[in-house]
This record gives sequence, C-alpha cells and structure tokens, in this order.
Amino acid sequence: MTPVLSPQQRFDGFIVGAGSQLAAAAARAVAESPGTAYNPLFLYARPGLGKTHLLMAIGHAARAINPALIVEYVTLDEFVEAFHTAVGAGQGEAYRRRFADADILLLDDVQFVTHRRETQAELLRLVDQMEAVGGQIVLTSDRPPADIEAFDERLLRRVAGGLVVDIAPPDYETRLAILHRKAEERGATFNPGVLEAIASLPLDSVRQLIGALNRIIAFQAAGRAPLDAEQARLVLGVRGTASDVPPPSGVPGAPGKERPPIPGEVTAAPDEFGDFLSEVADTLGRQVEGWRRRVEEAVARWEGQGYRTVRLVGLLERGVDADPAAALAGFVADIERLQALQAEVAALAEDLADDAAFRNPDAIEVAEEALVRAREGASPPPPPESIWAFDDLVESAGNRLALHSARETVAHPGSAYNPFVITGGAGVGKTHLLHGIGNLLQEAPGAVVACLNARDFTDELVEAVERDRVAPWRARYRRVSAFLLDDVQLVAGKERTQEELFLLFNHLVERGAQLVFASSVPPGAIDGFEERLASRLLGGLVVELPAPEREVRQAVIDRLLGARYGKADPELVSYLAGRPAESVRAVQALVQRIDAAAEARHVEPNVALAREVLEGAAPPAPRPAGGPRTSGVTGAGFRSPEKSVLDWPDIGERLIEEWR
Amino acid sequence: MSLVNFTTREITCKIVYYGPGRSGKTTNLQYIYGRVPEGRRGRMVSLATQSDRTLFFDFLPIDLGSISGFTTRFQLYTVPGQVYYNATRKLVLQGADGVVFVADSQARRYDDNVESLQNLQENLLAQGVDIRQLPLVYQYNKQDLPGDLILNPDELDDALNFRGVRSFGADCLHGQGVFETLKAISELVLQRLAAGSPTA
Repeated sequence: MTPVLSPQQRFDGFIVGAGSQLAAAAARAVAESPGTAYNPLFLYARPGLGKTHLLMAIGHAARAINPALIVEYVTLDEFVEAFHTAVGAGQGEAYRRRFADADILLLDDVQFVTHRRETQAELLRLVDQMEAVGGQIVLTSDRPPADIEAFDERLLRRVAGGLVVDIAPPDYETRLAILHRKAEERGATFNPGVLEAIASLPLDSVRQLIGALNRIIAFQAAGRAPLDAEQARLVLGVRGTASDVPPPSGVPGAPGKERPPIPGEVTAAPDEFGDFLSEVADTLGRQVEGWRRRVEEAVARWEGQGYRTVRLVGLLERGVDADPAAALAGFVADIERLQALQAEVAALAEDLADDAAFRNPDAIEVAEEALVRAREGASPPPPPESIWAFDDLVESAGNRLALHSARETVAHPGSAYNPFVITGGAGVGKTHLLHGIGNLLQEAPGAVVACLNARDFTDELVEAVERDRVAPWRARYRRVSAFLLDDVQLVAGKERTQEELFLLFNHLVERGAQLVFASSVPPGAIDGFEERLASRLLGGLVVELPAPEREVRQAVIDRLLGARYGKADPELVSYLAGRPAESVRAVQALVQRIDAAAEARHVEPNVALAREVLEGAAPPAPRPAGGPRTSGVTGAGFRSPEKSVLDWPDIGERLIEEWR
Repeated sequence: MSLVNFTTREITCKIVYYGPGRSGKTTNLQYIYGRVPEGRRGRMVSLATQSDRTLFFDFLPIDLGSISGFTTRFQLYTVPGQVYYNATRKLVLQGADGVVFVADSQARRYDDNVESLQNLQENLLAQGVDIRQLPLVYQYNKQDLPGDLILNPDELDDALNFRGVRSFGADCLHGQGVFETLKAISELVLQRLAAGSPTA
C-alpha cells in the first residue's frame, strides 16, 4: 500500500531558492538526525512548490545515512483508506503498530484531515507514540496548521511544538535554476533567452513551470528548428514583444505602457508585491538562518568541549522564543562562569574539578556549591604542634636508631623511609617524635603537612559522611606533602576509616608524599587492623622507641627543673633519674609531684623532700622480716586479705602506676 | 514599538514616509495599496483635508504572512508634510523602525526638502534617535516631470544625501521606484534583526 519513495525526489534534485531555503535546511536536519532536530516537522506550501519532493528527500537521505531505518511514506488519504480497511478486517492494532514502529513517518497532504475526527484522534495517538520513542514525523500541507479547518486543537499544539515552515514560490533566479536543471535532465538544449523567457512568466508553481518547459520541449521535438525566445513566448500564449515581458529584477516598466490583460492569455504583468514579498522572505530567512546557524555552531562547539547544550538545542527546537543574541550571550557567559569556577576548584581540589556540574550551564548553582565544598575541604589540614620540637628529643642508645632514621626521613621525604612507623609503649615519646618530624617537614618550602590523631581522623570522617562532604574531606588530605597519623592502632575495627586511610595511603605514596605513623602496638599485631594496611605500614620502616633510659630521664628532669627554677639541683636530678620510670611521661609526673610539694611547703625542691614525697615521711625502714607489706592503708591491720598487696615496691611507684 | 517579538513570533515593522508637503508620500502608499492582494492588506486609513492634503497621517497595514516562522507585518505611515503639523509628525515618528524620506525632485522645492530633512533630524533627536543609526532611504519623486523643472537623482544626492544612504528616483504616480524603495527600507530594517538591536 505504501507508495515507494520516488527515486527522483532527492535533496540533490531540489533547487533551493530564497523561499525554500529554511524548509530545505530543516528537512536536511531532520534526515540527518531524525527524532531530535525538529519533531514534528510541518512543511506547508501551495501545490507544486516541492513539499512532496522534500518529504521524499528526507526519506532517501535518512536511509542513505542509516539503511536500517524504517521509513514510512503515506499520503493522508491513503492513511485513512488503509486504516478503515484494516479496522474492517480486524487488523487495526497491527496497522497502528506498523506506523508506530517506524523510525520516520512521512505524511503527505494532511490538510485532508479536515472534519475527520477519528483520523485526527488516530493521528494524535500516533504522534504521541512516535514522539515517546524518538520517532520522527514529517507532515506536509497546502496551508498552515492553524488554517486547516476543524483541525484538532491538541494535534495543532503538537505540530506547533515542532517546526512549522512554509515554502514560498520560487523567485526568478530560482525558477531559472529549476529550468536549467530540468532541461539538463531532459537533455534538451534551447536558444539563448528561451529559458529566461519562461522564467520570466508569472508562474509561481514549479509544476506550472515544468509544464511550460515541457511544452517548449514538445514544440522543439516536433521537428522544427529550435525556438527562439519570442517564439517560445508565443508557444506559451504570451503575446507582445520581449520588451513587454518584465525584466527579472522587478524594475517597473515605463508608466502608461500597461495594457489590460486579454482573457485567457498568460499575463506577464509584474507582480511587484510578490517580488517584494519574496525579497522580504529572503532577507528575513537569511537573518533567521543566520542566528540559527550561529546557535548550531555554538551547540557543536560547546558539545565538543563536553558542555551540556540543552538550552541551545531547545532554542533550535522551539524556534524563536527568545532573543537569540541574548540567549547565546547568556549561554556563553554561563560557560565562562563555569570555567572560572572549575579553575578555582581545580586549584583547591583537583579531583573535584571533574564534577559534571562544571559542564552544565543550566545548573551553575550546583557548580557554585561544589566550589563551596572545595573551599571547605581545602581549609588547611591540622598541622603538627609546634611544642613538640624535634630538637627537644634526647638521644640515647635506645632511641638512636629511631631518631637517626627520622632525620633521614625528613632529609628525603617520600623516598628514604615511606612510611615511617614509630612504635612503643605509652608515654615513650612517639607523639613527640611524630610531631617533631612533622615540624621539620613543614619547614620545606611549599610543604603542606597534616598531623593528627587517628581518633580525630575518624571523627572528621564521620562528620564528612554526615554532611555529605566526603569528597572535599578527602581532597583536604590528598593534597598534603606529608601525612602523619598518631595512635594509628585506634583505627582498628573502624572499617570506613581504614578504607579511607588505605585510599589516602595509596594516593599519597603515588604522589611521593611522606607518611609517618605512630602506634602503641606494632602494625602486624594490631587486632582488627586490615591486613592490606598492616602490610603497607610494615613495608616501610618500623622503629621502636624503648622506655626512657637513665640518661634520657636525667636530661628530661634536668630540663624540667631548670625551666622551673633556673638551675636544677644535681643531686635531686640524679635521685629522680634513678627512680624507675617506664616512660617520659612518668618522669614528668615525678617532677611535678616534687614541684607541687616544694611549692606547698615554700621550699626549693631537694632530695630530702623528694625522698619524703616519694618514699614516705620517715626514711625507709628496714623491711620487717616476714609478714605482708601493705600498701600503707592497713592501719590496725588490713581490712581484707584479698586487697592486700604482698609485693608492692614503694609508694612512689604505686602513685605513678595510678597516675597512668 | 518592538521590531521583533520573539515570544509571539511576530515581526512588526513600522516604516514612516517623511518629506515635505506634496512630495508624494501618500501616493507611495496608494500605489502600494493597489498592488497588495486584498487578503494581505488592511484598510488604508487616510485623514485628508478638503484640499486633499494629509491632515493627520496615512496608515497602511500589510500582512506578509508567516515568513521563517514569524508572522510578519508591515505598517506604513506617512506624516503630514505641511510645516505646521510638526506635533503630528513627531507622534507618527515615534517607534519608527525605518524612514523613507520622500523628496520632491522639483528644483523649486529644494528648500522645502532641506527644511523637511532638518525637521526629520530634529524630531528624531528629540526622541533620542540618532538619524545615523536609523534605517533610512531617500526617494526622489516626480522624476517623470520635464527635465528642466527637476533635479536629477545625482544632483539631489549631492544636495541632500550627504550621509550616502541608498536613494531611488521615482515616479510614484505610475509606480516607478515605489517598491524598490520599499524593498530597500525593508531590507535595512530586517537586517537589524541579525544585529540584535531591535528598535525600542
């Protein structure tokens, strides 16, 4: 039933004139991008101006681009007739499906839909179905949609939502070009001026024009000599001399020479208004096409750069519903704003700059939010505390390895020992060493050093998760040149923290940043610590800080007392250094106790006071033979045998233990 | 008046025929009226005095139909040429998208032409419009009169057209040059569409 697309009706056979420029451009766009460019496309023109030609050309061109496309061409009358037949045969649904499944539906002469309410309903359903699946619909009519009598309002709205283009009658130049093309196709040759004479006739339908040409060809084929221009005019029924035929440019003839047209003859009177209309259409078409082209170029340009161009495409699809120059300028301004935002974000957090928000000029506020997030995330990470100076660490035989390798780490960050892991019991100086390293690393120009406790690291992550700010939080640490984490054993059992730490570790190592960790438990022995993290920490250098030796204790006490009283009593220093202490912190506690007692009694700290405070009021008495030694709360005896301590060294050590 | 309404997809061009009294402005419109198909033209409004001089103005609306998706309308106005109707001229000139200056080619009307041209410039300036920025063409009417009575287009160009705008010799009574003038001013007006500077 479906008429085959005529092989002659292709784009290359369509002469584009001023009046058909827009229609031809729209038709090409539809053929090249069916379902996206203009949908539906509605072409209207008086009969014989090339509607059907363009319709079929769309089908040919679309198939040439994609042979798999299903193209249906049908005139409205055939559409109606076939539908009635199908419904009569109980095949209505199959008929509907056939058109709904088409990729491109070309429907000719829809003006005949007038007063056919059922057909209009069917057509409306079809349009909706096809649009839903991206199918292209092209309609033609001999009048604008609004002029089609009793045209369904909904259908009218659908059609108006696409692109409605008219084809104006060809101007002189176009008529002449058409005649040249047709003569060439026919292999006919003419005397000079013949085609011009035909083109000068006020025939504004291409069919009429070709009919006139056919007549001339027929006369010539009759065997006589080729016609000249004058004879051609006579053949076509135009009387008078060549001077009576208006010149093509529309220059009016001399006044007073006009004569009344003879009934039945083809009048050659100049159509001044038609010429005027044609020129206005030409000018306007060029202007409209001009901005349309600019918008299309802008779409191609910005899409090529990855930006969303929905706004511009909408402008093309809807037709002119806004000042195109202003719309274009606004779009470009938005792109520039996005680029500025993106550049700022990239400087703060490189990974955030890839956000799709920076490609969507219709959602600049999202990009601005991303910048805010980046700024938040880009606040400096916590630095090492300056009170923990590396030089304050007292070197001893026990910590020499740790301090030496720490210096090496500082001297060659990211390459000497990476990661550098410090282990050791509580209070041995891990935190001091960690921050001390951090302070030295921070002295390098441009260095960004993050130094924090694992507990704070987890707390920050939890807050970032709560506020949906994980990306900027990550970015904050990923840009550091050194990352130092204290008490890493505290991340044990915290899966998300370990996950983030793992990612951060890999990122920083890849970037050559230095990592330093401190842990009270050797990495391989932390319970609940992921193997992948433990193995990475063990892959660096793990050093252990031992309990402070006497020389370290002495140095610490000397420094503390010196700082408090200007000069430390060497005997007191020696006495205190001789006291057992498992950590520097314990040594500091000893000094603080002596200091507090001396202050209470308004005396300088001395050995006697220290002995009294640390060992009791009386000088140490000989240990009574036999019998339990109590913790000093026995009084008249001990209250409970279970609570008695049988082997308690002395009160000072007990207090230190309690302090811990 | 807005030249282009992108929302309603309408283009309305207001073209004013300006010039000294009896130069042929109304004749231009009458000729155009006679050539526009009935369905395309509105009623030509012409308020004339008893001696057939334009008292207020002539108005001819022309509907060009849908062009490139725009409903396109031209509104052609004339102003009364007589010196004492300047208030009316100012009124009509308001919101003009383009002006056709119709000069009388008769040598004896030379001063009237100059005076009218100056008046046009002053009236535009009073409305904040620079005549150099407004689409403008000249039409030298009555070129059909005997040569010894008129100045030819070149002479009139020398005398009046110091801005070098497009000019046309015309015989409006018989239509010569009427549509050429209209086409030229229309083209200039429509070209402003591309420039994105519709006349406010």
